[in-house]
Amino acid sequence: MVSGTFILTDTINKAFDSIFQDSYAKTSAVISGREVVKDAASGNATVPAALLDRVRADDNVAQASGAIFNLSGVSDQTKLIGRDGESLGSSNNGQFGFGFNARDERFNPLSLTAGRWASGAGQVVIDKGTAEDHGYRVGDRIGAAAQGPVQQFRITGIARYGTVNSIGGATIAVFDVPTAQALLRKHGEYDAIFVAAREGVSSADLVRDLRAQVPAAAQVKSGAEQADADSKDTQEGTKFVQYFLLGFGFIALGVGAFVIFNTLSITLAQRVRELATLRTLGASRRQIKRSVLTEGLVMGVFASVLGLVLGLALAKGLNAMFQAFGIDLPQASTVIAPRTVIVALGLGIAVTLIASISPARRVTGIPPIAALREGATLPPRLSARRPSVPLTILAVGLAASLAGALGVFALGISMILVGVGALALFLGVIMIAGRLVGPLARVVGAPARRFGGPAGRLASGNSTRNTTRTATTAAALMIGLALVTLCATVFGGFGAATRSADEDAVSADYVVTSKSGFDTIPATVGAAVARIPGVKAVSGVRQDQAKAFGKEIVVNGIAPGFADTVDLRFQEGSAAVVPQLGGSGAIVNEGFADDHGLRLGSPLTLTTSAGRPVAVRVAAIVNPKAQITGDVLLSQATFDARFPRPSDLFVFVRTADGTSPAATAAIDRAVAGFPEVDARTRSAWLDFRGKDMRQFLALLYVLLALSVVVSLFGMVNALVLTVFERTREIGMMRAVGMTRRQVRRMVRHESIITALIGAGLGLPLGLVVAAAMAGALHTPFVLPVSSLVIFTIVAIIAGVLASIGPARRASRLNVLNALHYE
Amino acid sequence: MASVTFPQREPITAKAPAVRAVGILRHYGEGDTTVHALRGVDIEVAAGKLTAIMGPSGSGKSTLMHILAGLDQPDGGQVWIGDIEVTGLDDDGLTALRRDHIGFIFQFFNLLPMLTAQENVLLPLEIAGRTPDAHWYAELIDTVGLGERLTQRPSELSGGQQQRVAVARALASRPTVMFADEPTGNLDSTTSGEILALMRNLVDSFGQTTVMVTHDPHAAAIADRVLFLDDGQIVRDLDACDAHTVIATMKSCARHEARGAEGPVVAPRAGHAHRPRGGAGRCDGQRHVHPD
Repeated sequence: MVSGTFILTDTINKAFDSIFQDSYAKTSAVISGREVVKDAASGNATVPAALLDRVRADDNVAQASGAIFNLSGVSDQTKLIGRDGESLGSSNNGQFGFGFNARDERFNPLSLTAGRWASGAGQVVIDKGTAEDHGYRVGDRIGAAAQGPVQQFRITGIARYGTVNSIGGATIAVFDVPTAQALLRKHGEYDAIFVAAREGVSSADLVRDLRAQVPAAAQVKSGAEQADADSKDTQEGTKFVQYFLLGFGFIALGVGAFVIFNTLSITLAQRVRELATLRTLGASRRQIKRSVLTEGLVMGVFASVLGLVLGLALAKGLNAMFQAFGIDLPQASTVIAPRTVIVALGLGIAVTLIASISPARRVTGIPPIAALREGATLPPRLSARRPSVPLTILAVGLAASLAGALGVFALGISMILVGVGALALFLGVIMIAGRLVGPLARVVGAPARRFGGPAGRLASGNSTRNTTRTATTAAALMIGLALVTLCATVFGGFGAATRSADEDAVSADYVVTSKSGFDTIPATVGAAVARIPGVKAVSGVRQDQAKAFGKEIVVNGIAPGFADTVDLRFQEGSAAVVPQLGGSGAIVNEGFADDHGLRLGSPLTLTTSAGRPVAVRVAAIVNPKAQITGDVLLSQATFDARFPRPSDLFVFVRTADGTSPAATAAIDRAVAGFPEVDARTRSAWLDFRGKDMRQFLALLYVLLALSVVVSLFGMVNALVLTVFERTREIGMMRAVGMTRRQVRRMVRHESIITALIGAGLGLPLGLVVAAAMAGALHTPFVLPVSSLVIFTIVAIIAGVLASIGPARRASRLNVLNALHYE
Repeated sequence: MASVTFPQREPITAKAPAVRAVGILRHYGEGDTTVHALRGVDIEVAAGKLTAIMGPSGSGKSTLMHILAGLDQPDGGQVWIGDIEVTGLDDDGLTALRRDHIGFIFQFFNLLPMLTAQENVLLPLEIAGRTPDAHWYAELIDTVGLGERLTQRPSELSGGQQQRVAVARALASRPTVMFADEPTGNLDSTTSGEILALMRNLVDSFGQTTVMVTHDPHAAAIADRVLFLDDGQIVRDLDACDAHTVIATMKSCARHEARGAEGPVVAPRAGHAHRPRGGAGRCDGQRHVHPD
């Protein structure tokens, strides 16, 4: 998992790097808008078109060209619209709209594979990947939409980005500059001015020369610098993916350590006599210990190398998984960095060694006399000898979780308390699991005893024969199950909280948003809906990022009637201020006000994403329950005047007579021209708001499933060894008339009981931690009953799967050989 | 006990042998390395009697018992238990046979450690899905002498007590034949004596057909009949005899065996005067088979 993650993210980074290097290959300098905030809804800061003439006039410049070229890809997108009216690709993967001057081809990072560059209104060049995937050829018509409704274009050419056919599932549309400016509403602006130096002038000299001439809101970088800066941005994104995946890798690794520990303990227990014999022959404790550790080391090296190879396959699998969740990551040839190999091998070996320390220590406690005794066992672990240790850890965990759950501390401290508590609880439960196995097995073994016949009864008894082993085996599964329970409960609580807050706060009949829900939509959508007869009020919520107090904040522009549709919960001031905000009034969020000591009347200066200052005074302080608005709310008129390319996150619609099929149809017709825009009735919107969370939860499930799979291996191991150990016993039972089926059933039931013990430990543990988290986060704690049932069924299935091999092996034992097995 | 309601199987008369085997062959390995464990053994075990099979290590006695009990398949020959032909049964058939007609006692008791003595005794019935017959069970426990020990687990019992549990387990389903594989092999001599007395008693009071494999002359001495096996063949067939006779018979086999190594085999006469019915046979094998 770890090596897979590294390979995947390295590969993505390499792909991005090559993309960016291609972008600026023939460019000496790039002039672009200075970035104020990252990922602004209105797109990157731009430079004024007039700057181009000044640059061209410079003696050192051989050629300069203004372009619409924004690779950040989060907002400011141009969607290609397919024949069915749906947009091609998805906003997750980037839907780029570029404007390049056909004459200045040297600056264009794309190269034509067919046709010619767009050079006039109604012409477009699309990327080869999209053309191939959707069957477009030169001369075909295709739709495109950015800051307005869909327009039709004729494809004049097909192009390729640098050396790759496509950038990780992105679509690219290349227009001429005026067309792109119109589509993206960047009249009189360029995203970037590409400059080539006159012969004999170095790019460093050119950059220095240009810096003196551009306004403060613009920046000049050499082509190489710009490529580095761009790739750094995306690498931060990849880094997030990397940490996210690594987190799960470490969970799987932890579970793996358990499995190794358990397997080693079992194999050593079987060799007690052999080891004791070695002691009688004069081997010292140290030698015995070293032999066990060496065994662990050899195992670790072998497994790590294997893991590295599997990581290669996993990298592909992870990529496929992200694709399944709608996130296409760009791919280049697979990258295996030395770091990947070192970290993967190092971690693998270290984990194996750590897992073998405890068994190795216990082995030294074997007295030589054990060689002569029948049924000698390993001396117990430390935690088994001193039950006070796990109990103390459990108590500490509970106390810390409880303290965090009370929510009397600041959120950060509460979360740390819950985190520490959760860790202690996990550790404590793992250590004390051996003592819980007995009672738990009685409970979860009840169905097996009742319905499983003699095999079930024997299995139930078998599962408590070596409680430590059953506990460790179950604990591995427990970790995964506890984590999924935790996720299910916490996210379930979040979902419930969001829904009830939305329900209370929003009273609109319809809500219009982008299909994804978090992209903004052109402000013209609201205007189109407002024209429908029967629509009483339309309240668009503009949104963009800005800067205040050195931090990025979210700013909204709200309509005068906004407070009628959304309850803002005014703390100071009242809803009456909303229509009277004018050019200088602002409503601020309570948290934001507290952080920066703002009171009614306090002055506040924002910097828009385009770098323009906006000075306002606090007119009201609100604490809305629903997450609709951001830190600062301005009047829509002020917002539209100051922010570039205003767009809406939500458009709330009230009709004369509520929700009706006719009204729904009318609104759908009004937004039909805008791809990626959906109008929903209030109740449909309330459901939709939980969708992203559910998708994210599904992603978490898939990743946590990995640790369940690892624990499955542990269960198989433990069962195989158990069968091995009880060979003679099984032979006896077969001799007194047990059928093969009964043997299989016995092993299967034992496996299921072990799995259910894992569930019996994991589900409550997950619930306890989730309850503590809910307390700390002030979200409701909702018992996810259906999820718990599903997880229990998953545990049973895991048990059945784990038992297939061992059960077959047990049932096929030759009775005679088994009877004489020593 | 008049009220015994356990369904009685066909009464086994002295005429119908409980176990019958004809021409049993068993060899291990191939070609030059082939080891002949059994070289054509014919045997009839009388119902209601205790038959002991004796012989030195590697004589094939254990192999013979395994084949009689359906645990091992012969390479040639046929075996019947009652009127069921054991050879030719598939695994399910063999399992059913073991469950309904055969009881086992092992050298190492083989009790399940997590079950109580009583649960161990009733295990075969439970596996078969039968309800134990209360009267038979009470009688059996009484005879075996387990009364107060029933709720204890094997780890709390002495070796002799564990073997008593094993004996009770073997008889819980009233099998046609009980096979005992070195039942005293893991016990001290006093306890051995008690277990042997118990087995004798079971044969006498319940008419329990028993086949015992042993190399302990004292064990063989309680038998109604002792078969001596060597080099895969039955070399002596004695009626009830004491331990002395058994030891002497074994020695005579061993002597011949030693001689057999040097020269042509001489078939010996029956060994001892006061037990004139010793069967004729050879004790000439040098091969020591270790099927186990």
